[in-house]
Amino acid sequence: MNYSKEHTRYLKRLRGKKVTITLGRIAVVLVFFGLWEALTALGVLDSFITSSPSRMAVKLAELFSTGDLLYHMGVTLAETVLSFILATGAGMLIAIILWWFETARKILEPHLVILNALPKIALGPVIIIWVGAGTSAIIVMALLISLIITIINTLQGFLSVDEGKLRLFKTMKASKLQTLVKLVLPASIPNIISVLKVNVGLCWVGTIMGEYLVSKAGLGYLIIYGGTVFDLDIVMTATVVLCVLAAIMYYTVVVAEKLISKKFKFDV
Amino acid sequence: MDELIVFDKVYLTYHTKESETPVLSDINFTVSKGELMGLVGPSGCGKTTILSLISGIIAPTSGSVLTGGSPPQKCDISGYMLQKDELLPWRTNMGNILLGAEIKKLDRQKTKQKAIQLLKKYDLEGVEKHYPSQLSGGMRQRIALIRTLVLAPQIILLDEPFSALDFQTRLQVVGDVYNMLKSEEMTAVFVTHDINEAISMCDRVAVLSSKPCRIKKIIDISEFNGIPPSERRVNKRFVEIYDDILTTMQNDGE
Ligand SMILES: Nc1ncnc2c1ncn2[C@@H]1O[C@H](COP(=O)(O)OP(=O)(O)OP(=O)(O)O)[C@@H](O)[C@H]1O
Ligand SMILES: [Mg+2]
Repeated sequence: MNYSKEHTRYLKRLRGKKVTITLGRIAVVLVFFGLWEALTALGVLDSFITSSPSRMAVKLAELFSTGDLLYHMGVTLAETVLSFILATGAGMLIAIILWWFETARKILEPHLVILNALPKIALGPVIIIWVGAGTSAIIVMALLISLIITIINTLQGFLSVDEGKLRLFKTMKASKLQTLVKLVLPASIPNIISVLKVNVGLCWVGTIMGEYLVSKAGLGYLIIYGGTVFDLDIVMTATVVLCVLAAIMYYTVVVAEKLISKKFKFDV
Repeated sequence: MDELIVFDKVYLTYHTKESETPVLSDINFTVSKGELMGLVGPSGCGKTTILSLISGIIAPTSGSVLTGGSPPQKCDISGYMLQKDELLPWRTNMGNILLGAEIKKLDRQKTKQKAIQLLKKYDLEGVEKHYPSQLSGGMRQRIALIRTLVLAPQIILLDEPFSALDFQTRLQVVGDVYNMLKSEEMTAVFVTHDINEAISMCDRVAVLSSKPCRIKKIIDISEFNGIPPSERRVNKRFVEIYDDILTTMQNDGE
């Protein structure tokens, strides 16, 4: 394509700005870890209680070579992905049912809101008694945390579909199923994606909380274990690994969002 | 059946938690086949409500509404063009045009053929694979019109369909729509705020009172039958009819 000189200059400036921002973001991380390392090396911070990037690197290599790291990462990742899929699937299904049956929705609305306000961690002991101290307890914990809010947010999206478009479907004498499939669901895609984004975060919270409770395996277990034996290197290393995993999963959703909104012509 | 739409002693009251609002009060009129009926009246008087009754979205509180001899809920002979285009942004223009056919499970290929003809007729060739967001307001409105037309309704309901258009496009679309309705011998009910527009297009114009809405007077302008909108506007009778409608609208006591 042929652009005018002005436009080429504009594009160049735009690209320059983008490079600055990306470099800046990387710099923030480098400065953070650099400062951490320097302060512990100078003795300002006590690396016994704060750990340090170099000690974390050693610990990471050690955990990796024994196979512990991959094992615990795998466990946590599997639990999180599973609860994410369950929470999203079940949440959407329930939201659709509540959209369909107005009276049921009106009956259940206040209960959902109250359940959502409850600090779910309070149910930890009950969960363990009911489903046992294993993977299922962790999944249940993650579901408790993410399911209700998924239902509430998805339903809200369904209910905010434009009145005029609903009217259009009525004039065409569309059935309820047609209205759902051809209007409500596609119109809710941007909302559903933002629900997914929130859900990724909540499922991590739920899984780690579950692992604290059950304490058998996973990064959450590793953190608790490290804390108990006062090995802050393990705690910090596991936390950083957790950060990286959560970031990867979040950006996977962001990429999916870009692809979907391109296909469906939504501006994000 | 010559009288395609019949309103007989129609009353309608909207109920909400806060209040009940009588909107239509003793509405009687008929529209014959091939006729273009205009509705003018103050904002909020009940014009859209009358169209909703004809399309069967709502039922009258009392009295009867018949389209083609039966209640509109039981038959499917009207097409409704809403105040806004209401195009779905995630569908291509062709996808939008075919929406009604999909819902009514009509033959897709046949409808598509018809749509392509109509697109050609309205200078919209080549936009079928594009998305509505790439079109101007006037083009979107015409796509919405084609979406209504491909279903070949016997009655077409137009609710201020041109209010979103700029003046020039509006004159053009009014002309286009008039030609199309007349050439297909369609029956239409046309709601507008614009007296000029009503006179340019309609065979009769019903002047409505403010809420609760009654028909103050039905003004016959069939003398203009067959004359296109652009020529009507320069006809010397135009101003007289305009005055007649305006006086009726302003006249409160009846
Ligand atoms: N679903 C509803 N529930 C309660 N009241 C309603 C409802 N729909 C319309 N109304 C009321 O009925 C009256 C007539 O509404 P309608 O939309 O038919 O008016 P209109 O003549 O089309 O107005 P406008 O010129 O603004 O489009 C209005 O006063 C409105 O407030
Ligand atoms: Mg209206």
